[in-house]
Amino acid sequence: MPMPEWLRLRRAQPVPAEEAAQWTKCPKCGTMIYRPDLAANLWVCSTCGHHFRMHAFDRISTLVDGDFTEIGGELIPGDPLGWTDKVSYAQKLQRDREKSQLTEGVVCGFGSIGGFPVALGVMDFNFRGGTMGTVVGERITQLFERARERKLPCVVFTASGGARMEEGMLALMQMAKTTLAVRRFHDEGGYYVSVLTDPTTGGVSASFAFQADVILAEAKAAIGFAGRRVIEQTIRQKLPENFQTAEFLLEKGALDMVVERKDVKSRLVRLLDYGLGGGRPTNGKAAAAPEPAPSERPA
Amino acid sequence: MNVIVEREKGLLELEQRIEELKSHAAQQPVDMSAEIRALEAKYAEIQREIFGTMTPWQRVHMARHPKRPIGSDYVRALDQFDELHGDRHFRDDHAIVAGFAKLRGRRVVAIAQDKGRDTKEKVFRNFGMPAPEGYRKVIRLVQLADHLGLPVVTFVDTSGADPGIGSEERAQSEAIAQSLFELADARVPIVATIIGEGGSGGALALALADRVLMLEHAVYSVASPEGAAAILWGDAARAEEAATRLKLTSDDLLQFGIADEVIPEPLGGAHRDPSGTVARVLDAVDRALGVLAGVAPDELRERRYRKFRRIGTTGA
Repeated sequence: MPMPEWLRLRRAQPVPAEEAAQWTKCPKCGTMIYRPDLAANLWVCSTCGHHFRMHAFDRISTLVDGDFTEIGGELIPGDPLGWTDKVSYAQKLQRDREKSQLTEGVVCGFGSIGGFPVALGVMDFNFRGGTMGTVVGERITQLFERARERKLPCVVFTASGGARMEEGMLALMQMAKTTLAVRRFHDEGGYYVSVLTDPTTGGVSASFAFQADVILAEAKAAIGFAGRRVIEQTIRQKLPENFQTAEFLLEKGALDMVVERKDVKSRLVRLLDYGLGGGRPTNGKAAAAPEPAPSERPA
Repeated sequence: MNVIVEREKGLLELEQRIEELKSHAAQQPVDMSAEIRALEAKYAEIQREIFGTMTPWQRVHMARHPKRPIGSDYVRALDQFDELHGDRHFRDDHAIVAGFAKLRGRRVVAIAQDKGRDTKEKVFRNFGMPAPEGYRKVIRLVQLADHLGLPVVTFVDTSGADPGIGSEERAQSEAIAQSLFELADARVPIVATIIGEGGSGGALALALADRVLMLEHAVYSVASPEGAAAILWGDAARAEEAATRLKLTSDDLLQFGIADEVIPEPLGGAHRDPSGTVARVLDAVDRALGVLAGVAPDELRERRYRKFRRIGTTGA
């Protein structure tokens, strides 16, 4: 399948014209940033290094080599509980579709990163806070099932407030459904790398985010199970600034590594390479990586 | 304040008056049987009125009733129980009681969340909210069950996983994720029963099972009503509204195909007949194990996969 229209558009013009004229303020250091500069710097503040939350399309376009074939894009959530509070669930979904240009909280599909074909899932906080309802669960499940069939490694970027309340228990059950898909993928030799981005909490962190073979986190990302506010209310005291950050979790031993956004792709490429296994050139099996050209060898 | 306990007060008074009249009648030559019958009829009527149809919020309170049978009551009712402690890394989590057991003669590994009964016990059990080491104990025991070919039986009753600083430091998310990952792979039958509150991922971590049973007045939800109200509206006080919207009763879950079987409770709730209720649950678990006993491990896992795979496939 050819490159989707949205991806081609993003590539051709990373920042829409009407937005390009705009400036934005870094929420961390307050510096005014020209949007095209921000995009060129992978949505990282060049003054303080604050990592802005990235749109899934932007994330994909900065990662994949060429084509990206989306799967499950046609899946649209229903309204299993008939939910209405201030506005109906259907209206909330419609509003977020317009606001985010996404059909749901995750974009899944196939592409290649640094020459390695992968199954790639990218969550987006812009759509209902990246919460997992039936469609997010279904797309992630399909991603792992297809990756298993095609014997491809799986890379998932998480960003989520947890399970989606408006879909009730059907949302919670997506933790079980995705877990079973990841487990089957794993049991059949699949290689899975997750990249936890800001924020990764609740039902997503307590399921596929923390079931990967290698777990990365973007610098400063908030990662945890319970929300910060919930904990503060429970213990009735302020939490330290660095609590539930990627760096904090690394220190506690819960992550393999914390990576700055500019290094995420190159690090992924190195990790994907290890996933090809220990096929040594001498044992007759196909070598994982091509031998360096003679001219590149040290003299 | 528990709304069910409040509603029960009038009934308990009536109950006492009937008892008094009965003992009085036994001592006096006067015939009071008509009066007693009238009171008993009134009692039954009020009972039906209160418990015949309950709102979701009342169900939540029934699930949290202070006299409701809790995890340790089920464990005590097993034919035999040898508790196994600890996660082998950090400590023994008292919110989860687990070990080898015999259930109606079957060898099993039993795992129960326990909220504790009195204040001292509640603190000791952390109100039934497991910390990561609790889920890591579960992982260890599921591996042990798998190793020995013993079925796993779980009793779920928690408002949710512990939301404390220490639990975050020890990676609560990872512990729950790995508990799910372990249950997904077990080659032995798993039967989970929601006996009280099934709160969020902290409950699901014990309930990725081949059969999910639910007591009639147990509730099972994506978040506790208080938690959901806080998340949705920033106001935990709107819990009653959340309880109504979340579709968390046993009827709802049966309809969603998440619960496989609902175990009836006596009129007025499980605490009106604790030992009878516990026995009915154990019988139901025994029956479920009987059905699963003959299924080959690969087929078991395939069915488990399909059971959860179909939930929310079309997004509807």
